[in-house]
Amino acid sequence: MSRIDTETARKVAKLARIAVPEDQLPALAGELSNILTFMEQLGEVDVDGVEPMTSVTPMRLKRRDDTVTAGSMPDRILSNAPDAREGFFAVPKVVE
Amino acid sequence: MLDLSFESPKPKVIAGATGDWELVIGMEIHAQVASRAKLFSGASTQFGAEPNSNVSFVDAAMPGMLPVVNEFCIEQAVRTGLGLKAQINLVSAFDRKNYFYPDLPQGYQISQLYHPLVGEGEVIVDMGAGVGRRVRIERIHVEQDAGKSIHDMDPTMSFVDLNRTGVALMEIVSRPDIRGPEEAAAYVTKLRQILRYLGTCDGNMQNGNLRADVNVSVCRPGDYERYQETQDFGHLGTRCEIKNMNSMRFIQAAIEYEARRQIAILEDGGAVVQETRLFDPDKGETRSMRSKEEAHDYRYFPCPDLLPLEIEQDWVDGIAASLPELPDAKKARFMGDFGLTDYDASVLTADVANAAYFEAVAAEAGDGKLAANWVINELFGRLKKEGHDITDSPVSAGQLAGIIKLIRAGDISGKIAKDLFEIVYTEGGDPAAIVEDRGMKQVTDTGAIEQAVDEIIAANPAQVEKAKANPKLAGWFVGQVMKATGGKANPKAVNEIVTARLGL
Repeated sequence: MSRIDTETARKVAKLARIAVPEDQLPALAGELSNILTFMEQLGEVDVDGVEPMTSVTPMRLKRRDDTVTAGSMPDRILSNAPDAREGFFAVPKVVE
Repeated sequence: MLDLSFESPKPKVIAGATGDWELVIGMEIHAQVASRAKLFSGASTQFGAEPNSNVSFVDAAMPGMLPVVNEFCIEQAVRTGLGLKAQINLVSAFDRKNYFYPDLPQGYQISQLYHPLVGEGEVIVDMGAGVGRRVRIERIHVEQDAGKSIHDMDPTMSFVDLNRTGVALMEIVSRPDIRGPEEAAAYVTKLRQILRYLGTCDGNMQNGNLRADVNVSVCRPGDYERYQETQDFGHLGTRCEIKNMNSMRFIQAAIEYEARRQIAILEDGGAVVQETRLFDPDKGETRSMRSKEEAHDYRYFPCPDLLPLEIEQDWVDGIAASLPELPDAKKARFMGDFGLTDYDASVLTADVANAAYFEAVAAEAGDGKLAANWVINELFGRLKKEGHDITDSPVSAGQLAGIIKLIRAGDISGKIAKDLFEIVYTEGGDPAAIVEDRGMKQVTDTGAIEQAVDEIIAANPAQVEKAKANPKLAGWFVGQVMKATGGKANPKAVNEIVTARLGL
């Protein structure tokens, strides 16, 4: 049975860039644990020799041709950006 | 008949304070797929466009947009796999690699962790005549490139251009079979050559279309052989990964520095920490990217937007049937058919355009060795001097073949041929017509040469006496005749006639 402890919950929240106040971490850890426990019931089913099902309909992955059909609309691409300058998205400095 | 047998090169050995060390290197090459549109969208891959103009709503990760795979990109990756004699997986799948960075609007990169399109293959890395390193390819997977962040346009902001976001990459992962900095560079060179032959990646490193991540570790002599026997990585040292290099010189310098850094730690009684490092070309050293460590928890999972990629054997066979002749085969054929040396054949096959040019010259001129000499020594030398390459050569294959045919027919001497080459290079024109028009034809008419010889002999009785005493001085007469005929007399004929007339 998987248990998500507070520390794991904090890490998962950070990786997902979700701000979770410290006092709510235990509750979140409990909820995540419950979800995992619920899903783990599936582990009881014997699936030996059963191919994983990836789609409910027998579909082939759709393909596109190698032709340029989109682009040339920098203004629309940037229209939701909080800050854009000289055609670029402008974001707080990130330097490695 | 292809003779591709070769010996393995010696691994690079670095002498430490406590004994010898060897290097073990594995590489991940990111090669941009040569295609018009991106991997999952219809935006252009054209380099150098205005910022954010080659971006579709899929690339910008607008809500509700779904990826649709570009079949040609898959074909290119399959072609690459076939060119590396690799296994093609008829069923592969896409996974999400999750991380946050401003140039990755989706918040994940679509890649192939669990089921790559291409499996095991190999590259033979040329390390001199008859010496080659067999580098095993572990896998090739297809994935999206990220955008580009520019940090130096503003003091407080980074600027992001998504033009490269979503462009198709092939990540070509090698086994740790590379044993030194020079081998690593030669591996990239060979891989680049094969990709360019296949037409699946333009190999432009300057534009970032071919980049390398290098895994480096050090071990004691004998450890690597124990690893080879058992495939147990426990025999090898802890590795560090140096990210994102796009120059052969940097790759070598980074490996050299990194190996010495690790040896120094180990000889000091320390332990190498497995980590990602960056090479700083200005300082010539690698440094840790520890700040990114936590971001390396990528939480891969199958991409729910994409069904597994199923391809058909017939389709793969069709691609296999259309593969061009690859560098190793071409080189062996040039050596076999034209009698070229290993070195000349390597130079001529380094680039597919060079090879095609040479072959056209050789076929038309009817002499492969002579063609190789002229292409390598005269043409390449001249092109390099002026910063040209074969694609913008002022001398066409037909023109160069024309010059060689004139030499072979005895119409012009080798020396005149060089003058003729210069004229064709700078002024253009048909070589045979130039020779005719400008009276450059070699005089093979014995009567004319005899007359010239007789005149020189008659005018220089003192020299004749000297030459009779010392036959070596006959060369003076040959020189005078050549001068008198403007270099056009056939030197062999002149020699014979001078010798006969002087009674030597």
